[in-house]
Amino acid sequence: MTFRIDKLGVVIAVLLAYGAFLAPFANFRANRIVPGEARGILEALPVGLGAALVGFTVIAIVVVVLKTPTVFRLLLGLAALLALAILVGLSAGHLTPPENTYARVSPASGFWLLSFAFALVAADALARLRLSPLARVALLAAVAAAAAGLLMSGAWDGLSILKEYGSRADSFWLEAGRHVVLALGSLVAATLVGLPLGVLCHRVEALRAGVLNVLNIIQTIPSIALFGLLIAPLGWIAVHVPGAAALGIRGIGTAPAFIALFLYSLLPVVANTVVGLAGVPREANDAARGIGMTDGQRLFRVELPLAFPVILTGIRIVLVQNIGLATIAALIGGGGFGVFVFQGIGQTAMDLVLLGAVPTVALAFAAAIVLDAATELSNRKSGRAA
Amino acid sequence: MIEIDSITKRYGETAVVDSVSMTIAPHTITVIVGTSGSGKTTLMRMINRLVEPTSGTILIDGADNRSIPGYELRRRIGYAIQGHGLFPHRTVAENIATVPTLLGWEKSRIAAKVKELLSLFQLDPAAFGPRYPHELSGGQQQRVGVARALAAEPNILLMDEPFGALDPVIRAKAQDDLLAIQKHFGTTIVLVTHDMEEAFHLADRIAVMDKGRIVQYAAPEEMLVNPATDFVETLIGAGERPFRLLSIGAVAEAAEAGEAEGEPIAATSSQRDALSALLWSGREALPVVGADGARLGRVTLAGLARRAARPQ
Amino acid sequence: MKRLLPNLLRLAALLVLIAFLVQPALFEPLLKPLVQANAPAVYNQGSLLSLTLSHLATVFAATLAATIVAVGLAILVTRPIGAEFLPLSRSLVNIGQTFPPVAVLALAVPAVGFGEKPTLIALFLYGLLPIFENAMTGLSTLPPAITEAARGTGMTAWQRLTRVELPLALPVILAGIRLSVVISLATATIGSTVAAKTLGEVIIAGLQSNNLAFVLQGGLVVAVLAVLIYDTFSALERVLSRRAGRI
Repeated sequence: MTFRIDKLGVVIAVLLAYGAFLAPFANFRANRIVPGEARGILEALPVGLGAALVGFTVIAIVVVVLKTPTVFRLLLGLAALLALAILVGLSAGHLTPPENTYARVSPASGFWLLSFAFALVAADALARLRLSPLARVALLAAVAAAAAGLLMSGAWDGLSILKEYGSRADSFWLEAGRHVVLALGSLVAATLVGLPLGVLCHRVEALRAGVLNVLNIIQTIPSIALFGLLIAPLGWIAVHVPGAAALGIRGIGTAPAFIALFLYSLLPVVANTVVGLAGVPREANDAARGIGMTDGQRLFRVELPLAFPVILTGIRIVLVQNIGLATIAALIGGGGFGVFVFQGIGQTAMDLVLLGAVPTVALAFAAAIVLDAATELSNRKSGRAA
Repeated sequence: MIEIDSITKRYGETAVVDSVSMTIAPHTITVIVGTSGSGKTTLMRMINRLVEPTSGTILIDGADNRSIPGYELRRRIGYAIQGHGLFPHRTVAENIATVPTLLGWEKSRIAAKVKELLSLFQLDPAAFGPRYPHELSGGQQQRVGVARALAAEPNILLMDEPFGALDPVIRAKAQDDLLAIQKHFGTTIVLVTHDMEEAFHLADRIAVMDKGRIVQYAAPEEMLVNPATDFVETLIGAGERPFRLLSIGAVAEAAEAGEAEGEPIAATSSQRDALSALLWSGREALPVVGADGARLGRVTLAGLARRAARPQ
Repeated sequence: MKRLLPNLLRLAALLVLIAFLVQPALFEPLLKPLVQANAPAVYNQGSLLSLTLSHLATVFAATLAATIVAVGLAILVTRPIGAEFLPLSRSLVNIGQTFPPVAVLALAVPAVGFGEKPTLIALFLYGLLPIFENAMTGLSTLPPAITEAARGTGMTAWQRLTRVELPLALPVILAGIRLSVVISLATATIGSTVAAKTLGEVIIAGLQSNNLAFVLQGGLVVAVLAVLIYDTFSALERVLSRRAGRI
């Protein structure tokens, strides 16, 4: 039997070896602000478990360096990630002195490197397996369920990021709700306006270049500036238009953020609608005319269904972009996860930054996977190559 | 001279080229024909080592083609492909100058060579040299592709379906140009095609490939008269045989003493063209003229009919 | 001739921008109506010109580094030796682009502290993705007849890369750099929340003191820079692709 070397595996093995033997696994701080002390795997974990993790990593290094079956690598990667997630929680309990509520334990570079390396193993295996869209969404659901399970079980409660959460659980869910409303709501509004606008641009050629250029320029205005610029007109409206203030329109707060996100969202929706409609095969349009469809029937029964996958791609871009941009809304009092990010930056409390950044990334990541799967499914349905 | 000795190429279990041996004489045109997947292109690409053989050797003028690095070998062997493969970001002149530049020729020598080749291919150097490939017609691009292959004066020119993308009228012209060029430089040409018509028009010798093996390697007349297998016979097309036989020979060979009336035919035309002219004009004989216009005799319907019959 | 009007507009925008950065006081009457009685209409806590230059320098340094690394990696994964990395690279690019720029910026702070560094790192990491993606696409979708011809004429692997593959992929790579620069120009403004010297300072100062004129001038300078740079790249790409016969 011959052993063959996997080149990517060698890179991952180097990361694993560095993460396990040279980098600290956890950081211990006497309180939330002071600099931390690094702890290696063997110090950070109860005796038996630390040794077990080191042993497991050594075995994993051998497995990834050799060419091994893809499914096996996927399972190894996922199992290792789960084990790391549980162990980092245990390490918090192990390192925190009893009855001490000021001390903070957070994962350190070794933990992140190991997680990153095992995530690479899993991601590479997934890329090679070419899972069907539904299988990918199912896997995402399983990972989300595992994370939720760990959160609810209290296994992570000792970690610093959850201590930050613990002291502001109410505002966390309030800001989470705002974040989702900002990102999703502006997407819905942009779709309602952008789709008809895109259809119009497709039909009226004179309009196309002008509209797309204006939307393009809006995209180049930095988000903080656009948020800021909307404060004045909205403030004016709130004061001078009767009933506007009652609707929640104010100079600062959610309204300017919502409108700014809406404006940023228009370009991808309109542009992709135009591209999608332009890509409808001429024969399909001719056939629709030939069998006597009216313009309206042709639009709803032929053109839009065929352009749908491209439009969906635009919506995916918008949603992922909006989830990220919504963090900026905090700077003008619009709420969202950005509140924690910018508070954290202000207080140099990195755990607080993470409390805002991690859910944002997770949300964007999940949205991308779900919408990618939807795009692929709709592509298949309309008979295009994925 | 190219000596191919039991060359084999396997991809996994399947042998694409299976122990092929053949010798290609210098200064000739050898055409390799076969259906797609017969291994003809792979066989040719092993000559300039675009494909490395699994086993066997190829000697070029007595030297193993693996005695120098592949890229140096390829600079000495011209290579022209279907769809021409011109570099779109370089002008026509720069494209033709590719190999001479790689070889480090002096600028003046390169410029002279580019000019010579463009003129040879009936493209005005001043007008076409500075243009980009996409500004040329398909036929012009193809000629530039061949000119590039010939730029470093290679002894050997490999051509992979070089005329495949051309329409019939331009293709016939390109084939005649190739014959003229071959006479001019005396290059050894190996050409791969699936077009039997093209093979009979151009070849000194034809190699028929099927499933990785050479089924027959012979001069065109020989192949017409004695097809080695049913496969070769089908490929030639039984109904086409007399006409193919005539298309190989020049009118000069069929000329008889005697006079004839009407529009004369050139001695260099093929006997098939002469037959066409006779049948269309409804005559029994045509006068034959040489390149200088002198009468060389006549060609007759009966004479051509004898030549088209199966040789005994 | 059809290009004349847009080009004149661009030239005018550039001249106005330069005039504003060198002599902002000239524009005071225009901005005055936006502010309350006594507030300053033109940014007065530092030089707009030097902020703009340091903004551009940050973006330039990050993009240059990102270009070198991204193109290098794309070359590696499109060679036979790096082919095993190709599937993973594609999915990493997809995953990476779901990371919001703000999150990248915020996560860089614990690693390197406040100032220019986290901004540079965030711009570099975020800028890698579009360039890498485009370079990978450009290098792996070359017409087979052309790469075949390059081998057939006896070019070495290095000569093929530098004389044929990179020049032909250049317009696509440039499009990636263009995307990356425009994203970076906007993201750099957020860098000011972690104390980087960029035009974000002007905007944030405006937000904090409720001074609309500051927000407007900071935002417009960045937007005009972005539009001008975007158009310059687009024009360059058009010239190159026309020459490469891709139009």
